[in-house]
Amino acid sequence: MEISTVEYKRCDVVKVTGRIDSASAPQLHEEFNKLMEANHFHIVFNMVDVSFISSAGLRVLISTQKNCKRFNRGELVLANVPENIRAALDLAGFTALFKIFDSEVAAVGNF
Amino acid sequence: MKTLTFPGSYSSLVKIGEFVTQAAKSIGFEGFELYKIETAVDEACSNIIEHAYGEDNFGEIDISITTNPEKITITLTDYGEPFDPEYVKQPNLNTDLQNREDHGLGIYMMKQWMDEVNFMNYENKNILTLVKYRKD
Repeated sequence: MEISTVEYKRCDVVKVTGRIDSASAPQLHEEFNKLMEANHFHIVFNMVDVSFISSAGLRVLISTQKNCKRFNRGELVLANVPENIRAALDLAGFTALFKIFDSEVAAVGNF
Repeated sequence: MKTLTFPGSYSSLVKIGEFVTQAAKSIGFEGFELYKIETAVDEACSNIIEHAYGEDNFGEIDISITTNPEKITITLTDYGEPFDPEYVKQPNLNTDLQNREDHGLGIYMMKQWMDEVNFMNYENKNILTLVKYRKD
């Protein structure tokens, strides 16, 4: 799994390439935590190159969303979610908890 | 039947995924159905490492796969503490963000996405059998 983060004026865009499983999820958690420790709570997670996400990855998204939304200070939104991963999010009941955008531009524009 | 033994480590998950998806592809599973199988096995192995062995790289996982044109049967055997996924509470998926529980989701996905999930503890072994039928 590879992670890249790009800082924009109003939000940060995190992009992952590869699998998010129990082995790699802690690395993603650390990346989100780094942003939040720097008081960056407006985050776009671009999932276009995520090939797989397990419940360990879903737990990272929930925990990050809880942290971002605390005190109404921000939000984690998702962009470019591949079909299989969208189905996993649906199954887990996550589609009610995250805004999902069809493009990174739309997600960034949300903030 | 093909059997491989993997170290019970999160770093084995990629290779386990490859082993299982290759076998599933050989009888025609593809796309989302293949993804479901990969997810179920990943969740099962993660649970073995986290709950049966209790830590990363503590024991081994044997994975046996049998296929016929109708179905794939994947049997996972570990030698850790008895861990029956049946006893894990199903997470409440309709609750709001603050009350969302962290655990139970993997087992829920495994059960939803496989056609049969059977657990037994036999001679100090945990044996989990996952079955998925071809739809067409």
